[in-house]
Amino acid sequence: MSEPGIERMNGRELMAFRIGAQEFCVDIMAVREIRGFAPATPLPQSPAFVRGVINLRGAVLPIIDLSARLGFPPAEPTARHVIMVVQVGKQTVGLLVDAVSDILTVGAESIQPTPDVASEMTKNFVRGVLAIDGRMISLIALDNVLPAMESEAAA
Amino acid sequence: MDPMAAIKQTFFQECEEQLAELEAGLLAMEGGDSDSETVNAVFRAVHSIKGGAGAFSLDDLVRFAHVFETALDHVRAGRLAATPDVLKIKLRAADVLADLVRAARDGTTVDEARCKSLADELRALDPNGGEEKEDDLSTLNFQPVVVRFEGLDDDDDDDAEDEDTAAPIVVPSAGARLYNIHFRPRPSLYAKANETALLFRDLKDLGKIKVKCDASGLPLLTELDPEGAYLGWQIELLTDRDEDAIRDVFEFVAWDCDLEIKDADEAEADAPMNDASESADVDQQVAALLELVRASAADEPAETAAPAKSGGKKKSKPAVAAPSAAPKEEPPPMAEVVPLPAKQTAQPASAKAAAAADDLKAAPTIRVDLDRVDRLINLVGELVINQAMLSQRVLEAGLARASAVAMGLDELEQLTREIQDSVMAIRAQPVKSVFQRMPRLVREIAAMTGKSVRLVTDGEGTEVDKTVIERLTDPLTHMIRNAIDHGVESPEKRIAAGKAEEGLVRLSAQHRSGRIVIEVSDDGAGINRPRVKEIAVEKGLIAADAVLSDEETDNLIFLPGFSTAQEVSDISGRGVGMDVVKRSIQALGGRIAISSRPGQGSTFTMSLPLTLAVLDGMVVTVAQQTLVVPLTAIVETLQPKATDVHGMGGNARVISIRNKFTPLIDVGRELSYRNTPADPLASVALLVETEGGGRSALLVDAIQGQRQVVIKSLEANYRHVHGIAAATILGDGRVALIVDVDAVVANSHAEADAQDNALAAVG
Repeated sequence: MSEPGIERMNGRELMAFRIGAQEFCVDIMAVREIRGFAPATPLPQSPAFVRGVINLRGAVLPIIDLSARLGFPPAEPTARHVIMVVQVGKQTVGLLVDAVSDILTVGAESIQPTPDVASEMTKNFVRGVLAIDGRMISLIALDNVLPAMESEAAA
Repeated sequence: MDPMAAIKQTFFQECEEQLAELEAGLLAMEGGDSDSETVNAVFRAVHSIKGGAGAFSLDDLVRFAHVFETALDHVRAGRLAATPDVLKIKLRAADVLADLVRAARDGTTVDEARCKSLADELRALDPNGGEEKEDDLSTLNFQPVVVRFEGLDDDDDDDAEDEDTAAPIVVPSAGARLYNIHFRPRPSLYAKANETALLFRDLKDLGKIKVKCDASGLPLLTELDPEGAYLGWQIELLTDRDEDAIRDVFEFVAWDCDLEIKDADEAEADAPMNDASESADVDQQVAALLELVRASAADEPAETAAPAKSGGKKKSKPAVAAPSAAPKEEPPPMAEVVPLPAKQTAQPASAKAAAAADDLKAAPTIRVDLDRVDRLINLVGELVINQAMLSQRVLEAGLARASAVAMGLDELEQLTREIQDSVMAIRAQPVKSVFQRMPRLVREIAAMTGKSVRLVTDGEGTEVDKTVIERLTDPLTHMIRNAIDHGVESPEKRIAAGKAEEGLVRLSAQHRSGRIVIEVSDDGAGINRPRVKEIAVEKGLIAADAVLSDEETDNLIFLPGFSTAQEVSDISGRGVGMDVVKRSIQALGGRIAISSRPGQGSTFTMSLPLTLAVLDGMVVTVAQQTLVVPLTAIVETLQPKATDVHGMGGNARVISIRNKFTPLIDVGRELSYRNTPADPLASVALLVETEGGGRSALLVDAIQGQRQVVIKSLEANYRHVHGIAAATILGDGRVALIVDVDAVVANSHAEADAQDNALAAVG
């Protein structure tokens, strides 16, 4: 951000978003689109963090409450919440987050390893942290968020 | 995919089509159709397979196809009558050919002995005493070769000399005959990558040849279609081989050219004269052509149009180029847009053949990835929903129904529905592709069981969704097997019963009220009800003293673990029974019914949805959620009365429907939408029939109505949810879940069991 010229050279673009007071980010290549929150149809016999399914142009899209998934209290979605539609493997999934805040271009070296203090749950999904302008942003690995969901749900 | 594999794949796809055509043609011939076009179509099918197989060096296939083709050729040439016996052998040969094609495609092996015995049978059909010349195969030369134009393009005088160096010349013996060959390729010949020069070279191997080009059909350059075919050739061949050997050379282009082979003795009268005049023509034409080129280079292109009309013979200036230049300029690289009248009148003989070729191409098709079609279907589904939403919003906004906007929307609605229907129709295919496999099955099973059976199919053109077709093959195969193995009696029994020796199995399809109805019927003995009952009792499926109606008895055969064959035969008794058939039909959203009359046969009737993409459902409300229950499962709906509902311990309840107690299943609790049991009196019960034939009543809050819904997969982006079959999108754009009735019922039983076990453990 501060030195875009250099960072773009070997940088990686990330999309930052907020859940409560915390900031997270995912690889921007995984993000297909961002849309406003729409009420989802609840799915029976699904984990609490699966809010249900919505209609995305004819496809049935499951909505994951990322807040609940990461161990925070479940979101209470308002019209200001957004759904980040992301591609994970062959599946397309909607992630419910509070707001999308930034697009970051960072070099690989600015991603620090996850500090030990993080909870087990967070450790499973957070691939590293970034310090940008005094903010801490956790990088989330999507491929880790979802298979875990599947096995847990199947159990 | 590498290009070769892609071509090969196309070849195998085409093979399937050719095989289908082959079988259809043979069956038509069996049915008494002796039309030469049918015979030709059959021959052509085998021929094309052979040609393609040769290109891919599939030697086994080529060898068999060749023998087969030879046998067919005898029929085509009228040397062999198409008697039923002959046709039976040919049908079996078609089966072997199909096996060989599939083996080549899948890299598997085939039953060599069967191939060989059939090949022998085919050879035995040869009216000349079965002396199939093995060396006939040598004419199948697909190896890429370097084309030596010089040898062919040289002037006539040099020909012999040139040949000496080009190839070991076959010295015609004293008994050699002179043939006049008139050969005129059509554009399709070149389009199929054939090369006339190669044909001449092959001819040259037969003896001494003289080739003269007939360029009389050559249009002026301005009218020349670069991909047309304008040249013809007069070939004089002195050879001791017979006419068949010459025809063999043209074997692979026979459909794409006009070919006339005359014994010179008969043709003598006109041919030489033609030769002379034609070579003169060539001179003139070439001259005209050259002049035209010069003219157009100098003048406005428009001006060249005038001389072009009169061109040809009038403008004969001394030839600048050697006449031999004409044959060299083989038209394929550069020729015609508008078919020239001259060319058409010049080939009246080819008109019929061309018409036949047109027939073959009657319905042009394209191959499209299913993914693309499905994407289109999805998008159109979305369009329909969007359109409905828009209409609703417009009404909500208070616009009058007669307003221009509302009227425009009405039109849009009609349009979108039409688009939806058309798009759905893309996936629809005639059931022919499944029906076509059945004659072979019937032949094989009839042979195995020693029964004589005729299959009659009807309504092959009935269209249904491709997925339905794909999933129809297994149940249908099984039912036909059953019909022959269990239904049709042995010839002796049939004669004793006063029936025709040959059993009849009918397979028919038709559209009926938005569904496809497929019937498999036989004129056999019908269901042996006492025996069926006996077995059901034996296997503990029913109580020994059970009183069953005829219909109920017939339906016993759909019970899992039922097989009536006295001994397990290797045809039907494969451990899969009619229960599997019933289940696969139900999985397709269909139903199956039997009607049987002792001594007269049985009829199985399947009713299937036309597409798996849409489903007729009942839209219901459960705990503020909108759910869809497939209509096929619902028997009736009713409003429970207080006197009908009884507790059965725990949370289990039953409802009495016409004095039959049926478990009452609370859908809201089953799908964990709520924890408190629903009040049956404020709810609606849907009486449903499940897979096993059992009945249960599903308790829902309210019924919204019946609707056709588009089925959307949950698994695509999520995973399977127990109790939910799929999802759909309602008119308001929201997702509604489709209830998996069987799973919900089964789940409620499991829960009850778990509860019992828990209680037992405590006690």
